[in-house]
Amino acid sequence: MSRPSQNRVLWIAIAGVPMLFASIAALQARIDPLTRTPAQEREELILRSPSTVKKMSLGYDSLLADIYWTRAVQYYGSRVGTDDPKFDLLWPLLDITTTLDPKLIIAYRFGAIFLAESGRGGPGRADLAVELVERGIAANPDEWRLYSDLGFLYYWWLRDYTDSAAAYLAGSNAPDSPPWLKIMAARVAQKGGSLETSAMIWSELYSSTEDPNIRARAREMLRGLKAQQDETHLNEIADEYEKRFGRYPASTQEMRDAGLLGGIPLDPAGFPYVFGSDGKSRLNPQSTVVIPASPEGPPENSK
Amino acid sequence: MSSLAIEIVGLTKDYPVGFWRKRMRRSLDNLTLQVEQGEVFGFLGPNGAGKTTTLKLLMRLIFPTAGTARILGRPIDDVQMHRQIGYLPEQPYFYDYLTAREFLDYYARFSGYDATERRQRVTRFLDRVGLAGAGDVQLRKFSKGMLQRAGIAQAILHDPQVVFLDEPMSGLDPIGRREVRDIILDLKRQGRTVFFSTHILSDAEMLCDRVAVLHLGKLQGVGAPGEIVSIEVHGIEIYFEARDGRSLPASLTERATAMGRRYRIEVPEAQLYAALEQLRACEARILSVSPVRPTLEDYFFRLVNDSAGSHAVEVNVR
Amino acid sequence: MSTMPGVVAINTFREAVRDRVLYNLVFFALVMIGAAVLVGQISIGIERLVIINLGLSAISIFGLVMAVFIGVGLVYKEMEKRTLYSLLAKPIRRWEFLVGKYAGLLLTLVVNTSFMTLGLAAALFYVGRPFLRSDASILIAVYFILLELALVTALALFFSCFSSPMLSTLFTLGIYVTGVFARDIRDVGEFTHNPALKGATRILYYLVPNFHNFNAIAPAAHAEPIPFSLVWHNTLYALLYVVLLLLAASAVFSGRNMK
Repeated sequence: MSRPSQNRVLWIAIAGVPMLFASIAALQARIDPLTRTPAQEREELILRSPSTVKKMSLGYDSLLADIYWTRAVQYYGSRVGTDDPKFDLLWPLLDITTTLDPKLIIAYRFGAIFLAESGRGGPGRADLAVELVERGIAANPDEWRLYSDLGFLYYWWLRDYTDSAAAYLAGSNAPDSPPWLKIMAARVAQKGGSLETSAMIWSELYSSTEDPNIRARAREMLRGLKAQQDETHLNEIADEYEKRFGRYPASTQEMRDAGLLGGIPLDPAGFPYVFGSDGKSRLNPQSTVVIPASPEGPPENSK
Repeated sequence: MSSLAIEIVGLTKDYPVGFWRKRMRRSLDNLTLQVEQGEVFGFLGPNGAGKTTTLKLLMRLIFPTAGTARILGRPIDDVQMHRQIGYLPEQPYFYDYLTAREFLDYYARFSGYDATERRQRVTRFLDRVGLAGAGDVQLRKFSKGMLQRAGIAQAILHDPQVVFLDEPMSGLDPIGRREVRDIILDLKRQGRTVFFSTHILSDAEMLCDRVAVLHLGKLQGVGAPGEIVSIEVHGIEIYFEARDGRSLPASLTERATAMGRRYRIEVPEAQLYAALEQLRACEARILSVSPVRPTLEDYFFRLVNDSAGSHAVEVNVR
Repeated sequence: MSTMPGVVAINTFREAVRDRVLYNLVFFALVMIGAAVLVGQISIGIERLVIINLGLSAISIFGLVMAVFIGVGLVYKEMEKRTLYSLLAKPIRRWEFLVGKYAGLLLTLVVNTSFMTLGLAAALFYVGRPFLRSDASILIAVYFILLELALVTALALFFSCFSSPMLSTLFTLGIYVTGVFARDIRDVGEFTHNPALKGATRILYYLVPNFHNFNAIAPAAHAEPIPFSLVWHNTLYALLYVVLLLLAASAVFSGRNMK
């Protein structure tokens, strides 16, 4: 091809190729709504059997585990907090992840926390959470954090203080375990169900992980527990008020004016507590603090 | 210690053919041949005669169905003997990502030269085959003629005693062919043996001490080029053309072959002077007068035409 | 000791380089860079784990592809293109030629893998984890991958001596996959009550090269120590198998008529 005609083809290509790409993209946007099927709206795991996935991985199971783990985290993150979320695939995803890589501790820990959460927070399957963590312990008997997670599960969701204490105790025997495990075992056995014990458990959970999801949850819990403690405290003072004035206070201002409080107590989100008509203290409805369903009682202020 | 460069005894090669590979096609049939050291030996035959098969058998690229061969007195599977021989395959292919210099250097390594010696030889032989300027060009950019020269270079670079060349002139222009002829003559002067196959008979006539003629896998004859054909003169050929303004007598032109303005006529020796007299009478311009000797070409044509219509020997496998 | 294989090996390496095979390193570098940059966003706390998983898996896959696709043409291409004709006229034995081609491809793979390992180290450095003594497991995992590649190359070379590249690729990959699954196949055989099947799967297990022996990616990612006895045994296993394959290839090739 001679130079002039070669140049002409070149210029036509430079002009034409981007235009063609733009048209193709626009066309694709038109095609998409035509080809979307109901099946695509549903999430599907093509392979449900962990052992099959492991076999298909041809020796690259460790990498595949990381990929499934990422999927699990994104799956959970995209659903949590939405209206009427479904978490059906969370267990299979974590099941496959831990089958592919039984030493992926972080996956067990994630499952321990979020499989058991209910409502908008998770599928509410504490039993599966326990199964997952027990599998993790079987594969990683020296990982004290898993024992601690098991103890948490028994304590918080199953209210089984005996098994909880046993788990913390077993964890305290693992190498490199921190001293508080033994203390926790004792506390749970003695004062299972107390707010301080719960606060301790969530606090230790927070400091034992780097997972931002777990940390966020723990922070929320601790705020809620603090609020619960405040409310218990306020209720005690309210009883005092009732003894003096013959009725329950209508607000914390009244308690302060009566000299029973030094100032207006605020909840961990910075909102003042309010009082209900039954004379019990409540969270301010505008507060972002949530007191979840717990061994103490029903949830409060959940959104 | 034998003075034979090459000794072939009963060499035979069958190829399985047909869909189920049951039938055998005999491409070389019982070849027995000897080449003395220092000879230039031509291996002649039309295409498909079995020349390349013979060379491939000698180089152990393929294995014989029957028969043996020795080179320089050693059996052909003696690896050390290969130090003394060089080989140019038909239609040479070489690693096209190498430059000519790298290619020759690579092959030179097999002869155990050190780096300095290799460099010297490579330069010398690049020059010898007329590739001095193309040493750093990649072989993939070489023309067929240049590849042929490179192939010859690798065949002689290590000063082998016996050189085997399969169609060395193919792909070369007349200048190239002359250079190859010079190389072969030079090798002979150095006392080396050259065994080359060709179907260009004039080259064989000019270069070879002896030739062997192969056809349909069988040896048809061995001997000096002159021995193969008789040396008796058959006739005289005259080339002539009409002088301007004059015409030629029809008695001559109708017996002659016309080639444009020129004519060629072949007359028996007895009638030479009569024909010349006729030409003198019409003042024709005489271009050449020479005796006609049968050439290898004639021998060849006769050979091929005799067996035209017959096929290669087929041996039925029991 | 003959130097002929060495001469052929260096030239085979040179051919691979000139064929721009090493450009795959660019692709690998892009993958590692992408991973190093993205991993921080999606996998907090397990950056090192994911980088090592991805890096070692990529080294393994890239190496495998190279070993198979170049390996199946090693001898076939030379026979097909007839570059072998003039070479075999030199004082070189056919088996020396084979060993040289093998060594050349192996050298290419070692060089390639070394560069990739450096890339992996760079990616680890980027995500901010210092080098620990436990990183020795990563090097051992890379070494095991090289052993695996040595075996696969020998397989490909063997097939290259007598079958076309397409068939050789199928055979080689087929045996590779079987070798990865060999343990599972034997387990299935153990399960059944059919003695013929049990025997057959057991024989298959000992016949086929057990590639699962060489997989150390997971322990390397979790910084677990790899027992020295395994290193020894795997080396010996690979060596024996490679020698076996090269012997078989030599036997086939030595009797082969060129076109």
